This record gives sequence, structure tokens and C-alpha cells, in this order.
Amino acid sequence: VSAPEHSVAGHVHRDDIASRMGMWLFLFTELLLFGGMFFLYSVYRYMNAEAFHVAAKELNTLIGCFNTAILLTSSLTMALSIVAIQKDNRNLSVFFQVVTIVLALGFMVNKYFEWSTKFHHGLYPGSDTLLSLDSGEILFFGLYYVMTGLHGLHVVIGAVLIGWMTRLTS
Amino acid sequence: MPSVLYFGFLMRLELIAPGRTIMDPQTYNQIFTLHGVIMIFLFVIPGIPAVFGNFFLPILIGAKDVAFPRINLLSWYLFAAGGLLAILSILLPGGSADTGWTFYIPYSVRSGTNVSFTLFAAFILGFSSILTGLNFVTTVHRMRAPGMSWFKMPLSIWSLYSTAWVQVLATPIIGITLLLVVVERWFGVGLFDPALGGDPVLYQHLFWIYSHPAVYIMILPAMGVISEIIPVFARRTIFGYKFIAFSSIGIALFGSLVWAHHMFTAGMSDTGQFVFSILTFLVAIPSAIKVFNWTATLYKGSIDLRPPLYYALGFIFLFSIGGLTGLFQGTLAVNIQVHDTSFIVAHFHYVMFGGTGFGIFAAMHYWFPKMFARMYNEKIAKVAFWFIFIGFNILYFPMFIMGWLGMPRRYYDYLPEFHIYHFISTIGSWILIVGLIIMFTNLIRSLTKGKITNEENTWGGETLEWHVPTPPPLENFEHIPTITEGPYEYKQNEEPQLEEKR
Repeated sequence: VSAPEHSVAGHVHRDDIASRMGMWLFLFTELLLFGGMFFLYSVYRYMNAEAFHVAAKELNTLIGCFNTAILLTSSLTMALSIVAIQKDNRNLSVFFQVVTIVLALGFMVNKYFEWSTKFHHGLYPGSDTLLSLDSGEILFFGLYYVMTGLHGLHVVIGAVLIGWMTRLTS
Repeated sequence: MPSVLYFGFLMRLELIAPGRTIMDPQTYNQIFTLHGVIMIFLFVIPGIPAVFGNFFLPILIGAKDVAFPRINLLSWYLFAAGGLLAILSILLPGGSADTGWTFYIPYSVRSGTNVSFTLFAAFILGFSSILTGLNFVTTVHRMRAPGMSWFKMPLSIWSLYSTAWVQVLATPIIGITLLLVVVERWFGVGLFDPALGGDPVLYQHLFWIYSHPAVYIMILPAMGVISEIIPVFARRTIFGYKFIAFSSIGIALFGSLVWAHHMFTAGMSDTGQFVFSILTFLVAIPSAIKVFNWTATLYKGSIDLRPPLYYALGFIFLFSIGGLTGLFQGTLAVNIQVHDTSFIVAHFHYVMFGGTGFGIFAAMHYWFPKMFARMYNEKIAKVAFWFIFIGFNILYFPMFIMGWLGMPRRYYDYLPEFHIYHFISTIGSWILIVGLIIMFTNLIRSLTKGKITNEENTWGGETLEWHVPTPPPLENFEHIPTITEGPYEYKQNEEPQLEEKR
């Protein structure tokens, strides 16, 4: 990871601890960003416990499981790529980064199938089928699309950034 | 900013007499929304941290720059992009938002105006704010000059540091909340709209979880500026350094736990109301600590009445009124009487304008010679102060009275019994604007025509910015200084505290 540096007259400022601190702070803001949605989810789930239970049956647990495995594995490959670069093995690091990107793409493909099945069943925001359901179920699917959508957006942005990192690494 | 002052001026002009004066109700709604959004997100929040923080935070801790200069640049680009979007929302067909800056559900989902644009602008400005906060926290932790321990930091750094934490911790919540409203508008996703099962009060909670701490993002840096100015012009060490430092942290901490006092009439549980009322009272303690310590610093000081001190004293006076009336509102029974009346409008203008606004003016007059190596006309600056100060009180004090008598806020029209107060208030707005025009003309003119001054230490301050050349060179210091003493150790006619490390 390259530290932010800037140089005037040969002076280079580099502070890895500061970089790490900044990164952790940034990650914490991400946690809060999603925290807002989890908060919303918890409150609405408390208010509409039964509807949430019914609506959740619509989800495909197999694809969900598979995607969880993909996410965890991609964390592992990313961590491995960092270890590789610490051991000065640039090629191996690039390899693990590429694997991470492939896993991200795989995740998005699964998400595509998941979403399109729901669309097929007429369960999308504003659809007549959805609006005919209980209001708790409308909320559930609203949250479902927003939360997985925003997460998907994060996966895409992450994959693009890692793609850029591979160029910096090699 | 001039255009925004113009919005405020127009609103006051509309309200000078009952019924239609110069605009229709829809325009009035759009103008008070724009006034709020632009003043809060583009002026009061970034005013001190972005303008003076970026310039003086590194100098005051003896650093060449902030920890992440490039992220700093990114946050500037985001700020510009957010500002552009906010302007676009005015110009595009549909018209600017008419929801008020709070974007309350369900109207913000139903309104046909460009609410999404305005929300998105606020979302992007939020990211700019988060990145600045992240940068400042890291900078204060990692970049302090050798010898500058936490308790040798100038008090404005304590303020900026506390503010930065609130920026990092609270802004993501408003970011996601505003984004959810945009998604709800664009895709008809049911999230807050009661027609789709949502809960509008939940939106208010999420909104105020950020937006109440945000008022401390606005006021804390101004308090920091005042803590710098008071000892310099009283020629005394600040009274109660540690108390002022910890009160900044205290305000940031308690201020994050009081948000629901905006919703006392929204149907919360009694327990909830009770808890949030108590916590609201607790915030008054650290704020009062600051005010008492500033006045104690002035006591028996050798006071030099120069323009920065004028504005600083104006801050203390107006902030005290704003703060105390805040306690009225925190009282559950009184809150029901004054909720959503112009009493609230008066209260937050006393705090945000009388507080933060005057803090920004004080900072401008205090650091102007250091930043631009030119001096403004001090006499004109003092004349401007009196116009602003008197105009301010004539403008906002009647709002306390009519609010108490039941004048609702954000109303386009009113009953004849409120006419006299509105009339006086509008006259006040003219005096205030004359003052602001004098002040800004004086400062802007001095940028090119002011007396050139390369004097290092214009006011006789002891903090580090007064011991670097004027204007500060690129990267501030040729040699990073070693700090041996506290920031306000006044020893007249002696060598400055700096010892340069060679």
C-alpha cells in the first residue's frame, strides 16, 4: 500500500501508521453507513416480525450461502495478496488480486440471478404484485433491494479499485 | 454567500406585512429551503474547518501539511461538485426543493420539485466533510511537532479535533438516510413513506442523529477561534485550559446523544422524552464552562480592543442568549409551547449566526493579516461590527417574542397581531445587511489595496502561526519547531517560545 506522499525539494513525507489510521477511520464510516440500514432493518423487523418472516421465505438460501462463501474467500485472497507484497513477491500478489476480482464478478453474477428471479415473480419496487402484499413485506423487499444494491455497488467499486491496484503492484 | 444573504433578505421583506408582498407562497417555501440548505451545508459547516482549519491546523501544531494532502484535494473536489449540484437543483426545470432543509417524510417523497438533486448534493457534501474529519483526526494524532503534547496544543486544535470526530462518526448516517430518500423518490422503494408501511418518525430519528451533532460541528470550531482570540487581546494566559479542552470533547460526546429533542411533539414515549431532555441539559455544562473561562480570562487582563476581539465578544454575548434559550426548549413543558415557532428560529440564529457566524467573522479579522500580508481598515471593521451587532439583535430578538406568542415558523402569512414584530425584524435585517456589506467591502478591498504588512506577529500572539513569516511559506516551516511551553504563555518583550531544531 503506497502511503500518501508529497515532496518539495526532495523531502518525502511517509507515515504508514497515519495511513493505516486513516484507512481504519474510513472503514468505520462504511460500518456506520451500513449501520444506518441495519438500524432501519431492525426497527422494521421488530414492527413487522411476521411479515418479515414470510417475505424472507422468498429468498434463495442456496445462492445466499454460496455468495457468503465467495465474500469470505475474497477477503482471504485479498489478505494473502497483502502478505505476498510484504514478502516482496509481486507476481503472487497480483495473482491473488486477480482472483479477488474474479470472485467479485462471480458474486455479481449470482446476485444477477437472485434479483432477476424476484423480478420474474413480479417482486420489484412499485410492482402491482409487491404493492398488493402486506406493508411489512413491501418494507422487507424495499430494504432487500436497497441493502443488496448498495452492497453490490461497493463490490463493483472495490473490484475496479483492485484492478487499478494490480497495475500499481506490477 | 452574498446570494444566500439575499435569500434571507427576500424572506424578511416578504414578511414585512401580512399577505403577499413580493412573492407567492411556493417561491417563499423554495427560498427558505435554499437558504437553509446552502447556509448549513455550504457555509456554516465548512466555514471554519475547511477555510481556516486547512490553513492553520498544520501551522498551529507545527506541521508542514495535513496527513493526507491528496485526500484533502479530493474533499475540495467533492465540495465543489456538491455545490454545483445544489446550484443545478435551482436552475433545472421543476424548481428548487420546497421541503425545508430537513426534508421531512412524506412531503419530501411527494414534492414535485428537484428534491433528489438537493439531497444528492447534501450527500456528496457529506463525503467531503467525512474526508476532512478523517484527515484532521489523523493529522492531530500523527503530525504534532516534537514537544507538542496534547496539553500543549492550542485550544482551537482541541475544537477542530472534537469536530473532526463528530464529522467522521455522524455524517455517514445522514449520508445513507438522504440516499434512502433519493432511492425512495427514484424507484418508489418503500422505506419511510407511510403509504408503503414506512415510519416517518424513524426518518426524523435518522436525520437528527446526524443533524443535531452537526450543530456542534458548526459551533465547536468557532469556539476554538474564540479561545485563540481572547487570550491574545487580554494579554493573559487562558483561564482553565484543561477545562476548555475537555469541554470540547464533552460537547462532542453529549451533543451526539440529544438528537430526539427535535421530536418532543412527534409522539415519543415519556421515558424517551425525559432522557433526551436531561441529556440536553447536560450539554449546557461544557458550553457554560467555556463561556465562564473566556470571561475569567478577560478579567484583569490588559485588554486591547481590536476588531477580532469585537467579534469575539459579540460571539460570547449572542451565544449566551442562544444557549440559554436552548435550555428553554429542552424543558419538556416549555417545548410544547415554543415548538416549531419563530422562537426556535431566533434561538438557532443566535447560536448559528451570532455564534458560528460571528466566530467566522472574528477568524477573518484575526487571521487576515497573516494570510494575505495586508491589513484592513480597523476603524471601518469596528463600524461594521456595530451595524452587524445591532442589526442582528433587532432582526432576531422580536422572533423570540412573537414565537412565544405563537407565531409558527416557515409560515408565509400571519395574523395582524404579529405585524409589529415582523416589521421591526425586517428593519433589523436591513441594518444587518448594511453592516455585512461594509465588513465584506472592507476585507475584499484590503486584499488588493490594504496596507502591506510583513510583520510576523500582528497581534502579539504566542501560538505558532505568529512565529512564521507573513504570509506563511509553502509547507509553513523551514525547520519544524520544538515546543517547550504551552500555547498561551505570555511573557511580554521576551523571545518567542520557538526553538528551532537545526
